[in-house]
Amino acid sequence: MNELQFLTWVRGPGLDIAVGIFVLGVVWRLFEIYSLGRKKDLSTPRHAAGASGLHTVFRRSLPPPGMLKRSPVSYIGGYIFHIGLAIVVFGFAPHILLVTNLTGLSWPGLPSQFVDLVAVVTMAAMVVVLVDRINKPAKRFLSTFEDWFTWAVTFLPVLTGWMAVQHLLLPYTTMLALHILSVEILLVVLPFTKLFHAFTLFGSRWYNGRANAQRGVPV
Amino acid sequence: MQGPLIDTLARQGITRRTFLKYCATLASMMALPPAAGRAMAEAMAAARRPSVIWLPFQECTGCTESITRSHSPTLEGMIFDMISLDYQETLMAAAGHQAEEARHAAMKENAGKYLLVVDGSIPLGRDGAYSCIGGRSNVDILKEAAEGAAAIVAMGSCASYGGIPKANPNPTGAVSVSDIVTNKPIVNIPGCPPIPVVMTGVLAHYLTFGSLPELDEKGRPKAFFGETIHDRCYRRPFYDQGKFAKTFDDEGARMGWCLFELGCKGPVTYNACATVKWNGGTSWPVESGHGCLGCSEPDFWDAGGFYKALSVPADPLRIGAAAAIAGAGAGVAVSFANRAKKNVARQTHETLTVEDLEK
Repeated sequence: MNELQFLTWVRGPGLDIAVGIFVLGVVWRLFEIYSLGRKKDLSTPRHAAGASGLHTVFRRSLPPPGMLKRSPVSYIGGYIFHIGLAIVVFGFAPHILLVTNLTGLSWPGLPSQFVDLVAVVTMAAMVVVLVDRINKPAKRFLSTFEDWFTWAVTFLPVLTGWMAVQHLLLPYTTMLALHILSVEILLVVLPFTKLFHAFTLFGSRWYNGRANAQRGVPV
Repeated sequence: MQGPLIDTLARQGITRRTFLKYCATLASMMALPPAAGRAMAEAMAAARRPSVIWLPFQECTGCTESITRSHSPTLEGMIFDMISLDYQETLMAAAGHQAEEARHAAMKENAGKYLLVVDGSIPLGRDGAYSCIGGRSNVDILKEAAEGAAAIVAMGSCASYGGIPKANPNPTGAVSVSDIVTNKPIVNIPGCPPIPVVMTGVLAHYLTFGSLPELDEKGRPKAFFGETIHDRCYRRPFYDQGKFAKTFDDEGARMGWCLFELGCKGPVTYNACATVKWNGGTSWPVESGHGCLGCSEPDFWDAGGFYKALSVPADPLRIGAAAAIAGAGAGVAVSFANRAKKNVARQTHETLTVEDLEK
């Protein structure tokens, strides 16, 4: 298999398989989670200001008082790489072209130099977050294989994409194919790992907020 | 006419100055040092014309058409001055047995020294019966001719990589020259068709240095196939600025913006079109408003559609809907399993009383 055949495979059958597993996995997991159901809470609801599902959805995006100082890397690094990922994924013109081709939706792209800068900042933030996870004994103790694995499958698409654009290490064709392949691995892995938080994030925040609101606790 | 080339040239009224200019141009095109132009001129002037046998196999004659439009040097010039083209079915006056005799004579006289040029792929299906010349299969003729060749030039994408005949589902079992001949130096000059000056350049290199030029891992001369179309494209600044033609007749297309979104394969295609151009330097595909097809890359025909941008799926995502349905099915099945588990747990639940705890 030469590099153009490799690229053709990852753009063709490879992408088909990856998107297929991704869609299957996402629909399956969402069905499974939301069909579990919860028993009705029979206690009398207590009311407190700022205690509701919706409040929690937003409040959980902000660090609780004092936590930013205690764990700045987690919060700032986390913010940077999540926002960076969003900019790189949705702001880069070739990515928009992909979405347009699949769905017909389109929006203006950001200048490639800016996206390039964001990609570098994103990778730097991810590395810092990883080093912090390794260095802090508590974080390291709580980390399982899944944590290291999901970090890697998130990091690789950014790295390979940036290297493809910058013509680093390997010929563009091979690097582009590796980039698409790494995204496919991410797609396959996403529904079955903690990366599924991309879908369950707001639902679970709402649930926690709602359950605590019943007890009159704004969380 | 087997004398040194310079005599032949002189007879044709070509001055030494013109000849030196030509050699210098070739040398610079191949990115050789300036001194190589002079070495090339000296070697080529003194060279006896090497015998060239050109075998056409499963092809469309496009490669021959291309070489006959070689402007620098002209085809006639090349045939009569630089090489002795002893067999080329399309161009030679002889036909039938005469032609075959010419080939055999050339092979015999120049055994071990002649240059073999092949255009077209070689079908292996049904014992090679898909393409025969004079009652003999292509693979048979190639093996025989390759035996006595000093080197082989695979002209065009078909001879280099199988080309269009090899495109899925490859009904004739077409293969490239290098799939069959493994014990001879082979230069691939892919392209559909290949650029004439690349052919001439390789030949000049062979005459000058007695060896083939430096090749990349796909057997192509690095001098011409060292960079991608995209990296040398005059429209590249528009790509970097994000200015793309969206259709072939929109404002962007008229402004000469990048054709990436219209399926240009420039970023993954190694060839010299962007620098050497076509038709005597007149133009080339991207300059005339069409994206690169990637014709000098192996299996370009099956590379996911000429008009699809490289960043978009080559295949429509056909299984997406089916996957969603399968996912929903799996989800519902798991839900029922979970509910059944809950029910069982509820039914087998034993009520615990304070008395039980105090036992």
